[in-house]
Amino acid sequence: MHMTRRQALGLGAGAAALIVAGPVLTPAIAAGPTADEALKAFTGGAEAKAAKVTLSTPEIAENGNTVPVSFSVESPMTSDNHVTEVMLLADGNPRPGVATFRFSDMSGEASASTRIRLAKTQNIVAVAKMSDGSFYMDKKLVKVTIGGCGG
Amino acid sequence: MFSRREFLQAAVATSAILGTAGMGSWRALAAGQRLMSEADLLKFPSLGNVSLVHLTDIHAQLKPIYFREPSINVGVGEAKGLPPHVTGADFLKLYNIKPGSPDAYALSSEDYIALASNYGRMGGIDRIATVLNSIRAERGDKVLFLDGGDTWQGSYTSFKTKAADMVEVMNSLKPDAMTSHWEFTYGIDRVKEIVDDLPFAFLGGNIFDSEWEEPAFESTRMFEAGGVKVAVIGQAFPYLPVANPRWMFPKLSFGIREEQVQKNVDAARADGAGLVVLLSHNGFDVDRKMAGRVSGIDVILTGHTHDALPEPVIVGKTLLIASGSHGKFLSRVDLNVQDGAVKGYRYKLIPIFSDVITPHKETGALVDKVRAPYEKDLATVLGKTNSLLYRRGNFNGTFDDLICDALLAEREADISLSPGFRWGTTVLPDQDITVELLHNATSMTYPQAYRSKMTGKLVHDILEDVADNLFNPDPYYQQGGDMVRVGGMGYRIDVGKPIGSRITDMTLLKSGEKVDPEKTYVVAGWASVNEGAEGPPIWDVVSNYLTRKKTISVEPNTSVIVEGV
Repeated sequence: MHMTRRQALGLGAGAAALIVAGPVLTPAIAAGPTADEALKAFTGGAEAKAAKVTLSTPEIAENGNTVPVSFSVESPMTSDNHVTEVMLLADGNPRPGVATFRFSDMSGEASASTRIRLAKTQNIVAVAKMSDGSFYMDKKLVKVTIGGCGG
Repeated sequence: MFSRREFLQAAVATSAILGTAGMGSWRALAAGQRLMSEADLLKFPSLGNVSLVHLTDIHAQLKPIYFREPSINVGVGEAKGLPPHVTGADFLKLYNIKPGSPDAYALSSEDYIALASNYGRMGGIDRIATVLNSIRAERGDKVLFLDGGDTWQGSYTSFKTKAADMVEVMNSLKPDAMTSHWEFTYGIDRVKEIVDDLPFAFLGGNIFDSEWEEPAFESTRMFEAGGVKVAVIGQAFPYLPVANPRWMFPKLSFGIREEQVQKNVDAARADGAGLVVLLSHNGFDVDRKMAGRVSGIDVILTGHTHDALPEPVIVGKTLLIASGSHGKFLSRVDLNVQDGAVKGYRYKLIPIFSDVITPHKETGALVDKVRAPYEKDLATVLGKTNSLLYRRGNFNGTFDDLICDALLAEREADISLSPGFRWGTTVLPDQDITVELLHNATSMTYPQAYRSKMTGKLVHDILEDVADNLFNPDPYYQQGGDMVRVGGMGYRIDVGKPIGSRITDMTLLKSGEKVDPEKTYVVAGWASVNEGAEGPPIWDVVSNYLTRKKTISVEPNTSVIVEGV
């Protein structure tokens, strides 16, 4: 078994740069709006095309209390063409809003990882807002099981 | 191209048409079928510059065993009706195997009792050693011997020695790499202890540190075989923390991690690999989907779902090999690799008929040595069965029916549950049930037989949950294994329905009453993945039951009605 924790710490400088210049985590949307309502409020009713956003989740959660979720958005991240915000939604949670990440042309790339709590099997949605006002999205189903008997 | 048909012809000509009833076949067998010779079993016109030898899911079976293949293995979604979801007479027809032949015995459930009496036990690591050595003698440095995992668990001695028996014997066979699943149920400390001293690669590109989300084990090992750079990428069972107790390896995360597999394949190619092999414990349907989505894999050596297929399944340019389980088969794939591409292949699923393959002396002696301290325990007779005890099948098997009956009786429960494991050997009618045979079906590190109260709704939720692990139309959401086996209760299942609506008509068999979602029932089961489950080990429960009953007979289970197939 090889240990790579130290290697990760060694990469800390690069990671720190991303955090400083990169996404600003804002608190989840207050309880109330459904996933659809939150999505509409975010896009102003514009259509979010299923492209450019790659959302990475486990197919089946190993632990529903802490499910790793990451996304990246294809973009040159230049001053006239970059990602401005990415909203994460969990459509089956009592509060579907997870977080909104803000980016700028200084971010270098529009990607982030976080962990979320999932109450049950549901879709995770990542919606990206681009600097030209267009929207892109990706969606993944994450299954939360009550107990398995594999083997 | 060489086919399995050719070596079948080496078998003595069979009588033309055989009935499906046991007696019909028995007469036909008496009329002259017999096993092919060792030379015929090993016959293989070699090809190209690389030979992959694949053993998987041996489940700690060092000695020859009986193992009946499933009579029902339902495929859903895109896998519907495709191998390995073809069983019995349909399987024989699909692969043009003569009913009653040695191959029919090895590969299907048809006429199992009669054929088992005629063709004997299969497997045995000393026989496997003979076949492996013969391939090595012929092919020299062209050979890679790869173990697909589920190697360390499944027997009395592997449990007692915490896998030391399997590690010692497997080391003597000098594998080049292995991947894993049940290995981790010995706990992370024991796995580390073994892996630190393992003289070959322990691969798992999808095993990550759960805190840092970075690789925790080696993903890829590059070999040179026959002048070809061969990259072997390991893929451990993706759902270990879900299907097995996560608390035993709390800092590890698994998962399918398709993007990671693609990255590892690309890295191997960039590193000059002429041949890329995925040594996988994904399960067949997951591998079939992966083969269509990850580019650049030449061969997937599949495992976990215990399928034995006499021919590769080909997806795009990827060969999928299914080598069975419990040591019944050893796969040999010869490949002609030129300029970084596979130009030709030849495949044989070699059945390990223990009566005709000469045991390898040193390996046999090593097996006897590791078993010696336990021989007396292993041979202890607990009872006798008048009927066939087997496990494989999507919904029930008679060995689990026995376990469920024992749980109901010994733990005074309304309903009993036994996990749908696919490991566990078969016991023939009139055979004694020994400690060894009972442990072959129950040996594990979390054997507690719990007794708890559950509402009808919870029992229903559990059945729905497990059914979705098996019948979700997207293979990436399947965990392998079979349906949880139920005692004391019947139900109806429509496999084509979505989660939440597959299971209906849950009925208590004792009274004929419908199970009430609001009412509380006493449920006994074993192998809970939750930490702190309390109760005697399941083998004690079954052992007590057998000692009391002396002789058992398990009738065919008709309490699960299957629809939507």
